[in-house]
Order: sequence, then C-alpha cells, then structure tokens
Amino acid sequence: MKARANRRRGIARGRRLFAGAEAELVPQARLSGPMPWVIAIMVALTAIALAAGLALGNTVTAASAEIAGGVTVQLVEPRPDVRQREAARALDALRVVPGVASMRLVPQQELDALVSPWLGTGIDSTQGIGVPVPALIDVRLTHAATRERIAQVRRALRGVAPSARVDAQAEWLKPVFDAIVSLQWLAIALVALLAAALAAAVLLAARSALGANRDTIEIVHLLGGTDSQIARVFQRSMAVDAAGGGLVGLALAMVVILSLGRRFAGLGAGMVSSGALVWSDWLLLALVPLLAAGLAMLTARLTVMHALRKML
Amino acid sequence: MSSRAEGEIIHFDNVGLRYEHDREVLSDLSFTLFPGSFYFLTGASGAGKTTLLRLIYLAQRPSRGVIRMFGKDAITMPRSGLPALRRRIGVVFQDFRLVPHLSAFDNVALPLRVAGFSERDIAGPVHDILEWVGLADRKESRPATLSGGEQQRIAIARAVIGRPDVLVADEPTGNVDPDMALKLMRLFELLNRQGTTIVVATHDVHLLRKVPDALIMRLDRGRMSDPTGALRYPPRRPS
Repeated sequence: MKARANRRRGIARGRRLFAGAEAELVPQARLSGPMPWVIAIMVALTAIALAAGLALGNTVTAASAEIAGGVTVQLVEPRPDVRQREAARALDALRVVPGVASMRLVPQQELDALVSPWLGTGIDSTQGIGVPVPALIDVRLTHAATRERIAQVRRALRGVAPSARVDAQAEWLKPVFDAIVSLQWLAIALVALLAAALAAAVLLAARSALGANRDTIEIVHLLGGTDSQIARVFQRSMAVDAAGGGLVGLALAMVVILSLGRRFAGLGAGMVSSGALVWSDWLLLALVPLLAAGLAMLTARLTVMHALRKML
Repeated sequence: MSSRAEGEIIHFDNVGLRYEHDREVLSDLSFTLFPGSFYFLTGASGAGKTTLLRLIYLAQRPSRGVIRMFGKDAITMPRSGLPALRRRIGVVFQDFRLVPHLSAFDNVALPLRVAGFSERDIAGPVHDILEWVGLADRKESRPATLSGGEQQRIAIARAVIGRPDVLVADEPTGNVDPDMALKLMRLFELLNRQGTTIVVATHDVHLLRKVPDALIMRLDRGRMSDPTGALRYPPRRPS
C-alpha cells in the first residue's frame, strides 16, 4: 500500500518536473479519451493531402521548367523530298535566330514509332506512297517561349520553310497544367479544412474538459490561480494528446504515401515520375504533427481563456 | 487579541447583491474589517452569511456599492489583479471543496504551487502543517477516503498554508465533534495572535463563547444588524 503510494508520488513528481506545477490540477484522463485518435486521423489525412499537393506542385514545376522554352516546328509539306529540304533549310535558319539554345530534327524512326500505335508499322513516310507524317524539329530557347519569341522563329522560317507551323509546347499543355494547379488548390483547401476541423475538435474537447473540471477550476481561481496557469494545464494536456496522435497519424500517412508513390513510380510516365517528393517535402510532412500540436495548443488556450474570462 | 490596528483590511460601503431582477439578498452592507481582528459572522440559516463570505473572498461581485481590499478597489479592478488579492485570503469552505483527484498532501500544497513556490520549498511546510492538524499519516489519501472531520482539517490546512492576511471560514465546526470544534477555535486564535484577521461564519451561538474577545457581526435577512461588533455574546454590560 505504502509502496504503491510512493510510486504514485514518484510518477506525480516526474510529471510535475515535465509539465510544471500546474500539471495535476486537472486529471489527464478527462481531457484525453478519443482526442489522440481524432488528431491521428486528422494528421494522417492532412499529411496525405499535403503530399498530394506537393507532388502535383513538383509535377507542374518540373514539366514547366522542361517545356517553358520548348518550341515544336512541324513541317507539314506532303512531298517527302520538299519536306526534307525544308527541314534542312529550317535547321540552318534557326541556328542564327537569337535566343535559340539547341535544336533537334526528330529522326524518322522516332516519328514512325510515335505514329505506329495508330497507323501500324512499315510506313515509309519519306516515300511518295507513304503516309505524309510531318517532320518535327524540337527547338529549345534560352528563355520562355513568349509570343514575341515564337513570332521571331516564324519570321526566320517564313522564307525557307513555308510549310512550317511553330507552336510553343507550353501552350498545348496549358489545359493539363491548369487542371493540375486546380488539383493543387484542392489539396491546399483540404489541408485548410482539416486544420479547421482539428481546431473545432479541440475546441469541443476543451469545452467539455472545462465543464467536467469546473469545480476544480473555481477552487484554483479562489486560491489565487491565474487564467494563464489554468489555461496552461489544458494546453499541456492537449499537447500530449496532439503529439501522440500526430505521430501515429504521420506514421499512417507515410505508409499510404510511400505505397502510392511506389505504384505511381511503376507507371513510368515522365510527368508522373517528375512529381516525386524531394527532401524538403518530406521535411514539411514531418512538420505536420508539430503544426497540429501547435494548432491544438493554441485552440485549447484561446478556448479556455475565453471561457475563464466569463468567470470572476 | 482583537485589538484594532491602524488601517483597514477590508471595507464594504453600501454593498448590495441581487441575482438577476430578484430582490436583494444582501442590502446596504457597510463595515470595515481591521487587521489582526477576530470576527464572528452570525445569523440564521439563509440570512446571507455564505453569500457575504463569497463577496469577501472575491468569488462574486456585488450588484452595487464599493468593496476595498488591502487598500484597493476590488470592484473596478481588472480581472488580472484579482489573483494577487485572493492569495492573501485563505478560505475554509463549508463543503471543504477539496480537489478530489489530488492527495491530501497535494490539496494542501495547492495554494503554494499556484503561488509559484518550488517543490523543494513546498514539501517542508506542507509536512509541518499536516503534522499540526494530525494528518501526516494520511498525506497520500484522496479526499474520498477521508472522514468529514479529516477533510475539514485538510481544508483548514490548505487555507492557512500560505499564511494569508485574512482567513475566512464558513461554518468550520459544522461537521466536527465538540472537542475538534474547540481545537479548531484554538487554531484560529493562534493564527489570529500571529496577525491573521479571522472571519468565522457560524450559526452556533455556543461557539461565540469560545472566543470571548471576538467581534460579532450579525446578518438578518441580508442586512447587517451589528456592523461595529459592539454587540457581543454574552452582551457587554454598560459600565
């Protein structure tokens, strides 16, 4: 009996050392209950939504950087020999255009491979009897392909390759980027909504704990306790809940993110693989439980302080 | 004992209290408590003794009037200033109001922890005072496992541990046998001799005899009938 009492005192002293003298004013169990699990779920969903947002952002950034200065020149001349001559002249003309970093005439085998899913193999587009597949020149500009720069390329090609059609690569991918950016905003909105839901859950838990401990709080007030001292008790209790729940939630989220990442990587598509998370993204994800704990503590403090102000 | 020192410790001026739009439960209270005095607050049940004590230990604000405590206006004072005043007042509640999940030791230590004392500075005084009230061997017990009398002694120990300037006790002998009641009165007298102003609310007229030099304030239906303490029990005969 005495040993048990001593052990209890020891635990209590340890907790006081950890959490300050007010730690025991409110029993921990009253505040806990389902809160750590609610926080775990919130943190897991937030981390997954954030990871999705970051991956989409990476996809857009990588793809934008890659194609920002990309220009495609199509030579749509149906006669193969004329098309080849225009292509050669176009390459010569492009070499002297200011702002052109590099250019590449897409080899015929590559073009045939591109159209083979629709037209089949064995098409010789360089022969008169073949299907007239346009020649393609992949041009890289030193800067983004603005309208002025595209116009400059068109002017350079007008005389030497009349069949040339010049398009900025970013232009035809714009709807895809817009859709991805929309998804990214959706992810950000989800993160914000989950944060609001977490704050609401903490608010309800803090109010419930305040109600359950009203007598104790009044006694502490009458003994000269300040609002801040009482609020600290709830803050700390909430911080413990949030830290525990947050770590569990992050672990769950990591399992989901890594598993989904592996599956997307298996697709082998260029744009998808460019959305892989980088170290700074992982760092941001690791901050989610900390931010959740901070938000939970702040909400608990504001809720408790607001309620205490109504008491004398 | 009970000699009125210079100055005032608590002053009520024309204080009234009503709940919502109901009639006043306390009316026109004007009196002064002086340092180092011993007061009995008497009156029938329902006269307003507990309510008046709640005003004194700042658990409630009056509907009107002025309350000055330790030279400060307790009515217009911002909330942030109240804890410092409350720490100078020890309270023995009628229903003890011990914190149920804390041990006897932690309940007694509570005012010191609230005041920011370190654990090292708390342990000694708490052990001493528990020894003093005869409960050193029950320091680990929770309130629910203590008898009414033991809870009351813990409540008294908690009220005096911080050496308050004023000790307010609401029917402190209501739950104890006559021997313990006498012992408690001796304890209050001892604290009073050490300079603490004591205010004891009771409807037990026999208790008044035990501290013959105490000043008596009588409440009758929310009004103070003897604010100066001139009426004592037994009544002082004119010389």
